[in-house]
Parts: sequence; C-alpha cells; structure tokens
Amino acid sequence: MGNTDKMDNSDKAKAVKLLLGNEAVAQGAWEAGVHVVSSYPGTPSTEITETLAKLPGVYCEWSPNEKVSAEVAIGAAIDGARAMCCMKHVGLNVAADPLFTAAYAGVNGGLVFAVADDPGLFSSQNDQDSRFYALSAHVPMLEPSDSAECFEFAQKAFELSEKYDTPVILRLTTRVSHSRSPVQTGARRVVPKKPYVKDISKYVMMPGMAKKRQAVVKERDRVLTEVADSWVRLVNPGRKLGIITSGICYQYVREAFPDASVLKLGMIYPLPERAIKEFAASVEELLVVEELEPYIENFVRQLGIAYVEGKKYFTPLGELGTEKIKNAYYGVSTPAAEAGENGGEKLSVDDAPHRPPTLCPGCPHRGVFYTLSQLKLRVTGDIGCYTLGAAAPYKAMDACICMGASIGMSHGMEKAEAVAKAEAGDTDPAAADNIRGTVAVIGDSTFMHSGITGLVNIVYNKGASTVIILDNSITGMTGHQQNPTTGKTIRMEDTHPVDLVLLARAVGVERVRIVDPFDLKAFKEAVLEEISADEPSVIIAQRPCALLKGVNYGKPVYIDTDVCRRCGACMRLGCPAIVKKGDGYGIDRSLCVGCEFCTQMCRFGAIRKES
Amino acid sequence: MNADNLNILIIGVGGQGTLLASRFLGDVALRMGKDVKVSEVHGMSQRGGSVETCVRIGSSIASPIIDRGMADVVLSFESVEALRALGYLKPGGLVITNTQEILPMPVISGAEKYPERVPERLAGGNFNVVSLDALAAAERCGSAKCVNVVLLGVLSAAIPEIPAEVWRASLESVVPAKLLEINKKAFEAGRQMANGKGQMAN
Repeated sequence: MGNTDKMDNSDKAKAVKLLLGNEAVAQGAWEAGVHVVSSYPGTPSTEITETLAKLPGVYCEWSPNEKVSAEVAIGAAIDGARAMCCMKHVGLNVAADPLFTAAYAGVNGGLVFAVADDPGLFSSQNDQDSRFYALSAHVPMLEPSDSAECFEFAQKAFELSEKYDTPVILRLTTRVSHSRSPVQTGARRVVPKKPYVKDISKYVMMPGMAKKRQAVVKERDRVLTEVADSWVRLVNPGRKLGIITSGICYQYVREAFPDASVLKLGMIYPLPERAIKEFAASVEELLVVEELEPYIENFVRQLGIAYVEGKKYFTPLGELGTEKIKNAYYGVSTPAAEAGENGGEKLSVDDAPHRPPTLCPGCPHRGVFYTLSQLKLRVTGDIGCYTLGAAAPYKAMDACICMGASIGMSHGMEKAEAVAKAEAGDTDPAAADNIRGTVAVIGDSTFMHSGITGLVNIVYNKGASTVIILDNSITGMTGHQQNPTTGKTIRMEDTHPVDLVLLARAVGVERVRIVDPFDLKAFKEAVLEEISADEPSVIIAQRPCALLKGVNYGKPVYIDTDVCRRCGACMRLGCPAIVKKGDGYGIDRSLCVGCEFCTQMCRFGAIRKES
Repeated sequence: MNADNLNILIIGVGGQGTLLASRFLGDVALRMGKDVKVSEVHGMSQRGGSVETCVRIGSSIASPIIDRGMADVVLSFESVEALRALGYLKPGGLVITNTQEILPMPVISGAEKYPERVPERLAGGNFNVVSLDALAAAERCGSAKCVNVVLLGVLSAAIPEIPAEVWRASLESVVPAKLLEINKKAFEAGRQMANGKGQMAN
C-alpha cells in the first residue's frame, strides 16, 4: 500500500510544463534535492533563484554579491549538502576567487555554479565568454540547449559533482535562460545531506595542501575528458559536412544545416577528444558553430585537425541565429516583407525611430540625474536602472565599468586631479578640463554588492569624494529583488535592514544625509554643499521605485493649456509621460503615475493634479 | 495558417504585457499537443524599450528565435513597432497591429521623428495588415492593461485551426482569477473586431 501511495504521488507530480530555461534549471536542481541556494540577481540568471525560492524544502537567499553567494554554497557543499549559486557572466568575475580554489578543494555534497552569459549584451556591460573560466579553473562545464536539457543537466551536474569531487558549472546563455520549451517535470527526491567529515588536507588550501590537490585536479581533468565522450549526441552521421556545436547554437544549426552531420557537445569542459577526433575523421568538411570566442574551434585545431573552420564564417560578436549562420556560410539572405507605397512615401524599417529603454515615469532617479545634468558635474556611474542617467536628455554620467566601480573611480579621479594640481603650480588643471566637481552615483543594492569597500578606501586614504547612494528600496533593474537594505528576505520574511547612514558613519564618513531626490531645491543644495566639503560625504537619495507595490501617487497630472506658455521646461525632465502635442505639451494619461515631480518645473503652475 | 509550423512574433513597448501574451500562446500550443518554444526578453529593455518575443509552434521546433523573413504573423502592440518588425515577416504574412502610438524618448526629445499614419502606409506591401484600436477596446472592457488580450482575441480569429475553446481554456489558466472577467471580455472583443474586419485581408 505504502509503495502504491508513493507512486501515485510521483505520478501526480509529473507534468509537462512550458518552462523558461532558468525555471527548468531550478526545477532540475530542486528535484535533485538541492538543499542550499545562494545567489545575487543578474540578468539573464535571476529567475533560477526566484523559482527555487517558491519551492518547498530548499533554503534560498539573495546574498550581497556573487563572491559571498559562492562561498555560502561552497560551505554548504563541504558540510555535505547539495548547494548551488547562480549568477550572470560578470558575476562569475566576482565569484572567480572562491571558484578557482574550490576547484582544488572539491566538494562533499554536490556543488553547482549556474552561470548565464549574455551574448549580444541584452542587459550587460560586456560580452564575455565564461567557458574560459572552466578551462582555467579546471572545473567541468555543462551546456544545455533547451529547457528540457536545463532540467536534465542541472540534475546530472549534482551527480557529476559528487562522483568526481568537483564543483560543476552549468553554462547558460540568454536565449536558453529566457526561452520556454516543454519540460517533463517530476517530484523532488529526498537526498540526505552527507555526513560532514573534517579533512584539513582537502579543505584548508595552504601551499602544502594545495600542491597535492593540484595533482588531484590534473588527474580529474584526464578522467573527465573521457567522461565528456559520453556527453555527445551524433545527428545524421555519415554526411560530407560535419558541424560541432553546443548549447543554443545546436538549435540554430538544426535549422541552418538540416542535412549536415552534427556532433552536439553537452560537456564543454573538458572537451571530448576522442569523440571530436572520430567525428572529424568521418566528414569531409568540418565547421564549429559557437557564439563569442573560438573556444571549441581552438581546441579542435590543437588536436591537429587543421581543416576545421568556424570564426572564418561566424562572427565572434554578439549572438548567432539561424539566419546569421545561413547568411554567413551560404551568403544568401532570406526574403522578408516590405511595406507598400500606400498613401505616400514607402516606409522602411529604418523609418522606425529608436526606442531605447528609459527611466520610468515616477522614477526617483530622474530627480538625481536632472540635478546632476543641471549642475554639469562629472559623474562616475554604476550598474542598475540608473545607468540610464547616461542617456539623453540627462547625459549625466561620465564612466560606468562594473558593479561598485563608481566609488573607486571617483576617488581615482580626485587623486589624479590632486597630483596634477600639485605639479601644475598656479594653474588649475580641473578648471582647464572644465570639471566642476565629481560625484559617484550608486544604487542601494550595488552599494551593498561592492560599494562599501570603495567607501572605506576613500576614508582610509583621505579622499573627499561625494557618493550619492540611490536608495529606491529595491534592486530595480533585475526585476525587484530584495537586498540587505530592504528589510525583507527573498521569501519576504522580515529581517534586519542595513542602515546606510550608520554604515557610512561607521566606516568614518561624518557628512551623511538623507535627501528626497524629488525635492529639487533641497537635493541641488545638498549636492552643492557636499561637493564643496573638504572631506568624504554620502548623500542618500531616498525615494522608492515607482514600480513597487504600495507606491501609489494617485491620479495623473495634466497640463492646463490655457496657462501653459509652451516654454518646454517640463520636457527637460525626460519623462516618457510628458509629450509634445501640436505646438504645446501634454501628459500621456496612460503613462503618468501622478508623482507630480514635474510640477516643480513649471514656473506658471500649468501642471496640475487631476481631481 | 498552418498550426504545424506557425511563427508569431510579438512586439511592443516594455510594460505593455507582451510577456503574458507569449505565455498565453505557449499555453495554447501545449493544449494543442504541439511542440512550442517561446523566447522572451527580460531586463534592461523592459524599461520602456522595444520588446520582442517569439512564439514558435509546430511538430518539432529547434530555434526559439524568429529570424528574418520567418514570421507568419507579427502581432504588434504599438503602431511603429509593427514597422520595426517587418524584417521578421514572411512575404505574404500577416501584421496585426494596434494603432496606439507611444512616443519613444528620441521622438519626445525631438531628436527623431515618428512617422505618420504607419498602419495605413504599411498596407499595400507584400503582406496583409489588420489594424485596430486595441487600447480603446481594452478601455471599453474595463482596463487599458487588457490591450494584450484584445490583440490575442484578434489573433485567435486569424488561426481557425485552433478552436476558440482552447484559447478560452488557456486564458483562464494564464490570467489571475481576479482579472479573469475583464480579460474574458477583452478576448471576445478582440475576436469580434477581427470578424468585423472580414477575412483578415487588407
């Protein structure tokens, strides 16, 4: 009876669902009994952890950054649990330090790094290829090509990790992470945590121990190279044209070259030497189709297979696609629809105006960037929605590199100016460069991620930078995740919020103040005062994201056309809800959230709240 | 239209509900026992940018992406976005577009121009166009946010191979219960508007 019940339950749990690749990774990890998941949000990886947080039996958290999340997962795995950390490609840069040495220490419970690359930079500051991390850290890497494989590979990643005593990287790309395809889901298996065993020689990586582990890693690489041979799929054997590919490119290849022989790789580090050699020998022409760098192609050449081609045809820039691949190889383009000449000039796709992302109506960052653009300050920026402060009409950002960099860059600029000033004698190099002052701008979550150390550096090294923390009570860009300043966990439980004022004071910043960025006068005064101060300062620009539940400004505003003098001052805010109408201006009611920020711009009082 | 090889590109402006539309279509395909892939856009472009999602339905789908000249249907939530997506449409394909205009920031700031009478001028090309004011229809149903479901109602009428009951069942599963009534009205309004337009030809 008991057995029958169990089977019923697992049958009930079985269902075909249309899952995002990320949701499928989460489902796979969950069914594989993952115990601990710690991540920092980052497009296109965020939904893995968000999905897991809604499932029972697994501990999930947002940690302050990817390095911490990796360390949490490593700790849990050493303790004997199945653990995972999820991040975007640039997040792996942050987590690289723990990854490289965890590769030596190995695991106890299974340990998986889910890393999502973003070919084509849909939502990223660079286009890096994470496969080289696997190569240089000597960590096996799996690459799924659709949601069903995301589900399958996530489960197998834990098994591989435990069997071969190594962290495993599950490599995703945007089009795998953010595409839905059917997945046959099942029930969660209960995988008991392994017993913890103290093993100093394995887990304490000092030179003496690490040298011994190096040899273990070398041998593991050799064994896994053979394992990789069982991770291939051979399609249409025996044709003249052969293509080696993996991940999303496999799907494009199926469409672009339906008649070719295809060697699809599931494990992309180590690469399967024997399978590749045999495949290469079986075809007359050999191509590698891969996005970004010639990672597989270089390996194939290293095997002495000189006739392979890849990047000769397929660009290393951005993402590939069926059409791009066909076009590059065959030199033909698929015909597409064209507009007619109905009623005037023929329209072409190029006539469509650009539609870049913008700060939302009601966005609190608008107050900050309008002010900074008015003051013509130099602004070191950071990663988040507010990077859009660089866009027109504000253009109020001078540099943006990576998470947390705004603070270090501002300090570096200040020190460079100081050296130049000392060398120049009487002249002022800053004035010559038209620099009226520099501020760093960083979001609350980004500050928690990697801004704190930059602030410590300013205080320690006698800087006088002004740091503006944009505290909108949420992690905005990635779709509203909680962070250490919000007072809520990933599961929306109450927790202790980090107090930004106390934190800044604790590291030695004495000039700390909270200002509402929608109070234009007060905000401008605060910025002017702080940039003139001869010591470090922190301005916390505090107002919640307009998209947050609970933010309700009521009715939209309108422009009284009888009062409006058509001066266009309101347009300078760059609010999508304020539009040109005829020779005057109006409010798009469907977009206006009623924040009334724009009313400050009108000297004539023409912008009013609807009653 | 052939439900064994149907490529639908949905395009709109971030915040217009294109994601729900693509999930709706994906669910319809699953109910029809078809293979399906849906490609979504998340992150940066959602902030008022142009957002494309692809839905591919058939017996065996490989790429989740609709490339140049592959779409049977472009379902556009905004006037100029229909134009932007033309390169994806097959010659002989169908454009269903909302006539609503949402001005992009470069137009608002005066750096670029919004072309005039786009839906009208699209007609006469080597494809069919159905244009309609889905925003007005959605508002009549009780919420401007139902533009997406109105447009899906129009689309459903263009694909008679998929029975209306399947769409209706799917709607119930993808829309939150408290918004179901409004969305049901919106869906039927879309179907009626489509029928009013005859056989979806231009």
